[in-house]
Amino acid sequence: MSTPLVSLTNAGKSYQQLDALKSVTMDLNSGEVMGLFGHNGAGKTTLMKLILGVISPSFGKVEVMGRAPDSNAAWHNRSKIGFLPENVSFYDHLTGLEVLSYFAKLKGFASSNAKKHAVNLLEQVGITHAMKRPVKHYSKGMRQRLGLAQAFIGEPKLLLLDEPTVGLDPTATHEFYRTVDQLKSNGSSVILCSHVLPGVEQHIDRAMILSSGELLAIGALTELRQKAALPVTITTSGLNNFLVNNKTLQCFLAANSTSTLLVPAQEKLAVLQQLVNHENLTDIQLETANLEQVYQHFLTEHELVKQKNENSLTEQGNC
Amino acid sequence: MNQILTVASKEFYDGLRNRWLFSITLIFALCSIGLTYFGAVASGVEGVTSLSATITSLASLTVFLIPLIALLLSYDSFVGEQESGTLLLLLTYPLSKNQLLLGKFIGQGSIIALATLLGFGSSAILLYFQLGDIIVIKNFSIFIVSAILLGLSFIAIAYLISLSVNEKSKAAGIALITWFCFALVFDLALLALLVGYDQGMSQTALTQLMMLNPTDIFRLVNLSGLDTNEVNGALAAALNLGLSQGQLFSILLAWVALPLALALFIFDRKKL
Repeated sequence: MSTPLVSLTNAGKSYQQLDALKSVTMDLNSGEVMGLFGHNGAGKTTLMKLILGVISPSFGKVEVMGRAPDSNAAWHNRSKIGFLPENVSFYDHLTGLEVLSYFAKLKGFASSNAKKHAVNLLEQVGITHAMKRPVKHYSKGMRQRLGLAQAFIGEPKLLLLDEPTVGLDPTATHEFYRTVDQLKSNGSSVILCSHVLPGVEQHIDRAMILSSGELLAIGALTELRQKAALPVTITTSGLNNFLVNNKTLQCFLAANSTSTLLVPAQEKLAVLQQLVNHENLTDIQLETANLEQVYQHFLTEHELVKQKNENSLTEQGNC
Repeated sequence: MNQILTVASKEFYDGLRNRWLFSITLIFALCSIGLTYFGAVASGVEGVTSLSATITSLASLTVFLIPLIALLLSYDSFVGEQESGTLLLLLTYPLSKNQLLLGKFIGQGSIIALATLLGFGSSAILLYFQLGDIIVIKNFSIFIVSAILLGLSFIAIAYLISLSVNEKSKAAGIALITWFCFALVFDLALLALLVGYDQGMSQTALTQLMMLNPTDIFRLVNLSGLDTNEVNGALAAALNLGLSQGQLFSILLAWVALPLALALFIFDRKKL
């Protein structure tokens, strides 16, 4: 069994008045892509900083490539880690090529190689045409691409990307995800930190949801879906009032609708069979809960639990 | 070592690119050549001024200029990178805080050092050809070396400021106040003390107080090698006490090393 690339055991960080991150336990294996989701101030950045070794945990244990990232022993591991901070603005007066060469040198490339490597990376992110222009003339998207190129320096084993697709147009976003997939197949691990964005689900193996410093959920998307037990949305056409009149089906009906059903995952097949057998059915669409809904579910559940703890009661009615 | 040099050369090229090196050199050269040639015009004499008069007026001008330039050059070194997010990024690289700070110090220090050398060196050479006396070179060397040390000291002080605050504008304000205190207020306060004390302050106490200000040390270093006839006031009193030039240089050096060490200490504890 291989040891995980990153592992946190009850790790957390608190400042004087603020618990930025409460006891988090997680693993990340080689070649795995983890999505890290949460609102602003949820503790995403703190978690990243812990893994990067920029700050030390207040309690618990953090290990990256078998070493505590804030220790001297982890020093040479740093060149194998790529990081894209949120809202970074690079040295405005330098050209893209100069910025990237500087960072490549700091990652241990010799001067001549640094430049060559930088040119390759700029090509990879598609801003070769602007590499001799000062960064101050770059658009938001170009800056973001430069930031990504910076994170890719030296083919890192571990990548931490904070809001990587902000400011990227759809083509560039697509390119970016392709690069992530490629890195993954080369055995690199990636932590994608993001607000939930459409399109991210196909590219992550597992997701992690944080809210106000607490780990709400972690697991593969299917696991999270199961845990959330969100209903499957089935939209039908041509059935007229059949659904309203059918005793078993009517309680699945979505509010204010005569053709859309919200069905718990385990009853999905039974309901589908029943519907498909109906002769008037002209069309049927099936949607499982997407990442955003799963995310919202865990957040609201968390809120409810909090409220419950405060009021210590409330019961919900259900169908 | 490589990392330090990488940072240093980036900072140095930054200084070249945004014309810092060029402007400072030009200012220094103009001032020193102007003072060398026309310093005596006020007293009705034209042409090359005497060496001691030149050094005296250069020292009193430089003592204002160099701290100001050094503070301006370096006040945003860290807080600027903190605001743009590159500081956090750099610290995730295999680059220690010490390496980053020393690299910046070497890079920006070289800018000040080179500008001082070129700017004042030019007038030293001019004066040497006019007067043909080797003493010119000696006195100017002392002047240039001490000016460089003064610049380095204020770069280190600027780092202290830059690392202690979280906003660039705040750093700029504090830098300005720092300059004002060291360059003007301190000497005024010293003068007030001299006049205000009934029994008169002892010379030892006065000189010791002067060691608390690198600009005063710089003045003492340069004036102690000259005819004291052209020096008067509190400085003259201090000069008579006879701290050797070597001692003065060491104290000036301490004014570089201590703020730098303190800056490292603060950087190490800085929360990002």
